[in-house]
Amino acid sequence: MTQESPLIALAKSPSPQSPSAQPPSAESPPDGPSSATGVPPREPTPGRRLGLGLRGLARRPLLLAAVLYLLLIAGWTLVPWLFTGQDPLATDASLSLTEPGGAHWFGTDNLGRDIYARVVHGTRVSIVAGLLAVGLSLAVGSALGLLAGYLGGWVDQVLMRVVEVLVVIPGLLLSLAVVSILGFGTTNVAIAVGVAGVPGFARVVRAEVLRIRTSTYVRAAVTSGHRTPAILVRHVLPNASPPVLVLAALDVGGAVLSVAALSFLGFGASPPAPELGAMVAQGRDYIGTAWWLTTFPGLAIALVVLSTSRVARALERSGVSS
Amino acid sequence: MTRYVLVRVVNGLFVLWAALTASFLVLHLVPGDPVAVMLRGAGGEGTAVDPAAADELRAELGLDQPVYRQYLEFVGDAARGEFGTSFRSGDEVTAVLGGALPATLELAGAALLLTLVVGVAAAVAASLLPTAPLRSAVLSSTVVGNALPSFWTGIILLQVFSFGLGWFPAFGAGDLSQLVLPAITLALPGIGLLTQVLGRGLRAALAEPYVRTARAKGASRARAVFVHALRNAAIPAMTLFGLMIGGIVAGAVVTETVFAREGVGRLTAEAIGTHDFPVIRALVFLAGALYVVVNLAVDLIYPRVDPRIVLRSA
Repeated sequence: MTQESPLIALAKSPSPQSPSAQPPSAESPPDGPSSATGVPPREPTPGRRLGLGLRGLARRPLLLAAVLYLLLIAGWTLVPWLFTGQDPLATDASLSLTEPGGAHWFGTDNLGRDIYARVVHGTRVSIVAGLLAVGLSLAVGSALGLLAGYLGGWVDQVLMRVVEVLVVIPGLLLSLAVVSILGFGTTNVAIAVGVAGVPGFARVVRAEVLRIRTSTYVRAAVTSGHRTPAILVRHVLPNASPPVLVLAALDVGGAVLSVAALSFLGFGASPPAPELGAMVAQGRDYIGTAWWLTTFPGLAIALVVLSTSRVARALERSGVSS
Repeated sequence: MTRYVLVRVVNGLFVLWAALTASFLVLHLVPGDPVAVMLRGAGGEGTAVDPAAADELRAELGLDQPVYRQYLEFVGDAARGEFGTSFRSGDEVTAVLGGALPATLELAGAALLLTLVVGVAAAVAASLLPTAPLRSAVLSSTVVGNALPSFWTGIILLQVFSFGLGWFPAFGAGDLSQLVLPAITLALPGIGLLTQVLGRGLRAALAEPYVRTARAKGASRARAVFVHALRNAAIPAMTLFGLMIGGIVAGAVVTETVFAREGVGRLTAEAIGTHDFPVIRALVFLAGALYVVVNLAVDLIYPRVDPRIVLRSA
């Protein structure tokens, strides 16, 4: 959330004791009874979900554009060398601050480095860091929520109190504090952003587990003598996963924003490594003269966030409507 | 009601104590010697540390004391509103924060006002539009507001309005014209979120039977929105706005850096950059306190907006 936009991150975290428990979820505020934290969507069969997706795509140009952009991003991340022949680190003083044009689509920076190549490689860094952050939030948050929800009692009390304390501290500030402990660098920034996302996942998973715990199949498993870890992994976790995965998808955009913000502030990738937030920071010195230094990396971040949130919301809806 | 407030205050104090304890632990969670990390500052791993200076700093920070005594002293000091001295400047943390606060309050106040006015106006305007596709088009377009990285929107605003058109000064603080661009930058993500939440709330409220009844009796769409729907849609928007107030310090970190403004946010970025742990601890604690207080205030206002809400201590 957040955030970079702290507001996005914040909006994800419901106030701990609000009488009206209606936490707005990440980029998509609740537009029905089934927000990420609300009533869980029923799981559609894979075939139906796909059918809905394909039919939906044809009718929704914006969603189609988002999917295509994410595919492009996936390409940039997996095989960047197919998309740019230029070395993102190669400097050439004679090309310093070239305007966007044929040879350099997005222009060059003060050291003559190709901005397009740096955006491609920088997006890769941002995406990998964002996914790492969400993966960490997902893993740790799910583990906490699973234990708290299933075991209940004092375990639940203690874990949820810890989560409550984390919620109180604005996401970006929490990430900053964690970075100050871990030290700077992209991996540490990703971990710090992941830590800030843990409370959201812990709460959603716990709520899901509380619902599932009383179901007949779990009681049947308990009665037939299965051990708690086996029940958690085989019965509770798979049934809790759909809303949690939607939250994870929604979270990716916010995580990318937060990573970029921390890098912009100078706590992420160290120069000359390309990273979108750091590129915007470097371009700041030339905002009066060379707009392309900041415009393209910033646009790349914004498009990643917009595309992931649109696709995540489409996933969420297709899960609900089937 | 009194009991509810009492329980909430006690609970809030507990959360703050826990946040305080967590921020105490921060210093002890630093891998290796925190004093060495502080002395190296931004220099990184390789920088040599003078052992005498390390011992001196350790004594100054009380780190040569047993951990439980450090903890008791820290909590006692915090209860009196003292957070030790900034490692970077050597000044009292309280004084450092106090000096930075006015500029940030000005910025945060302007941004929150802007968020509230523009957010509510946009949501209401969208719900007054004649056709449903038009309404959802306007609402979903505000998603853009919170997808834009604010460090980038700030720079774009500078490029266009300061360097391009020359309407506003690029940097500095104090003058009202210097407040405009930073306030917009800080407000933009919030405006997007608030518009969506309030807009969706209004859409849901306008579909309620009581609105249909009012419309059947001849009320205009505007009257239905202002008199009937707005109040019913306000609760989630209020919750969100409360969260925004709590999160404004974090937003100020980026905004104040972009516009080179002095303030709490800038102080935060500098404290992180130089591992100034006493300042970081105080900031984390204060942000937590702000969150707890605002949340309680918002919850206490709920029943005034929606009389059906009864505050009960769970």
